Amino acid sequence: MRLKEKIIEGILLLCAAVSILTTIGILWVLISESSVFFLKVPLTEFLFDTQWTPLFAEKHFGILPLVAGTVLTSFIAIVVALPVGLTIAVYLNEYAPKGFRKFIKPILEVLAAIPTVVYGYFALMVITPFLQQIFPQMAGFNALSPGIVMGIMIIPMISSLSEDALYAVPKSLREASYGIGATRFQTSFKVLVPAASSGIVVSVILAISRAVGETMIVAIAAGQQPRLTLNPFVPVETITTYIVQVSLGDVVQGSLEYQTIFAAGIALFILTFVLNNISFYVKKKFEEKYE
Amino acid sequence: MSKRFDINRTKDKLFRYFGVACTIFGLVMLAIFLISVLIEGLPRIDWGFFTSLPSRKPENAGILIPLLGTTWIMVLTSLIAIPFGVASGIYLEEYGKKNRLATIIEINITNLAGVPSIIYGLLALEVFVRLFGLGKSLLAGSLTLALLILPIIIVATREAIRAVPKTIREASYALGATKWQTTWHQVLPASSGGIVTGVILAISRAIGETAPLIVIGAMLYTTTIPTSPMDDFAILPIQIFNWLSRPQHGFIINATAAIIVLLAITFILNGIAIYLRNRWQKKVKW
Repeated sequence: MRLKEKIIEGILLLCAAVSILTTIGILWVLISESSVFFLKVPLTEFLFDTQWTPLFAEKHFGILPLVAGTVLTSFIAIVVALPVGLTIAVYLNEYAPKGFRKFIKPILEVLAAIPTVVYGYFALMVITPFLQQIFPQMAGFNALSPGIVMGIMIIPMISSLSEDALYAVPKSLREASYGIGATRFQTSFKVLVPAASSGIVVSVILAISRAVGETMIVAIAAGQQPRLTLNPFVPVETITTYIVQVSLGDVVQGSLEYQTIFAAGIALFILTFVLNNISFYVKKKFEEKYE
Repeated sequence: MSKRFDINRTKDKLFRYFGVACTIFGLVMLAIFLISVLIEGLPRIDWGFFTSLPSRKPENAGILIPLLGTTWIMVLTSLIAIPFGVASGIYLEEYGKKNRLATIIEINITNLAGVPSIIYGLLALEVFVRLFGLGKSLLAGSLTLALLILPIIIVATREAIRAVPKTIREASYALGATKWQTTWHQVLPASSGGIVTGVILAISRAIGETAPLIVIGAMLYTTTIPTSPMDDFAILPIQIFNWLSRPQHGFIINATAAIIVLLAITFILNGIAIYLRNRWQKKVKW
């Protein structure tokens, strides 16, 4: 009996260890393949060259245009998602009738369940033609439309995480504010939002991280042209889109082109890893404050 | 004084309207998306669309092969991810609560949940496709997606198990049951509703994933019906992506019709999950 118990515990532990193997695998794959890349391409060129043309005859390996595309689309997404998501969170937490809240939350969650390739279609076929009527100079592939659609996609993420943070603010603070005659608006924005600020910051950082790693929306609607620009009307390419672009073509394994996707991958991994860990740090401080 | 009061009251009211507007913005977007897809794609859906092979003529092309591929992927990914995910969740919640290894695994899982899906594709390309020699097979694709959804299943399992009150476990121990007997006969059945909900949501996430499978080289165009886990495959999201990148309008219509099918599968899975969650929450009152 005791032996059987021990064996079962061992098996369960092995299953749990799969996640550690996954992390080791990711690090090993990214580091081993990209170290070969960095033997051929100096790190300074990778970081500071302003052109990214590994698939052309005249090769440049500057990651900056891909980073610019990633930052631009993610920035647009946050500009859409933060005000709308935070307003929804405050509204549902402080204003909305209970029944409305119960009805609306699952519907907002549907937005998060839609596959990203479907969002790509919306960006390309619905939002871009609509925006082109307002901005005639806008190209068919651009950063604005996928950015907006990504923003719509991450609204539920910001609204639900921020709402949890607002809800966790001790009732006494809210009641004290109402007690001295504050309106709901004043209570929300002068008491609750500042008190829940770290939770809200966490939701925003996680949303940025999600936008940075998002692939299909930008692969479908942003065009696939690496370009060092902050102009939202012209085609750009993100880090993720470049990896997709190379994967779709016939690139020989072991070639420099093949290794570029791992170099791009490690840049993406570091970017999201830093963002995620900032959010853990903020979250941990937040928990300490209230316990 | 009363003027300030009026201003504040007005601000409060205005924000209320703004809040309603923002909430409705999300709903309206969702409605626009769904209606535009239905108008464009619904007329294209007929029996032949489900039973036809790919074709160079959009009106003859169908989704038989990607639909089979998605079904294969759904089944294989579940078979791999559920046992590992639930077992990990049980270990972390019931067994390794205080040891250091469990803490490391926990931090690790939180980090993995934030890794972009395309990175899993790079991992799978090197490890499953090349190192294990699985090629661009259904098995390689399912393993990739299983790793991707493992954190979701683990977190859902842990939350469900945590909701089981201590008294149940103590009663079981008092009757002389071992730890595993308690876990298997008491804790797992009591938490099954939450676990199943989490698993279904994770599977629904997996079948919508596109990027990692493009990286491992899933087929954009294949005419062979997959019959074993080692076969090449196509899946619905990649078929949609492929059709969207064609210039002919007929293929765009096909993509829209395929989107309706993909959304239907996703919504049905989510609906089942929400239904189970509500039923479970109503039934179980500790």
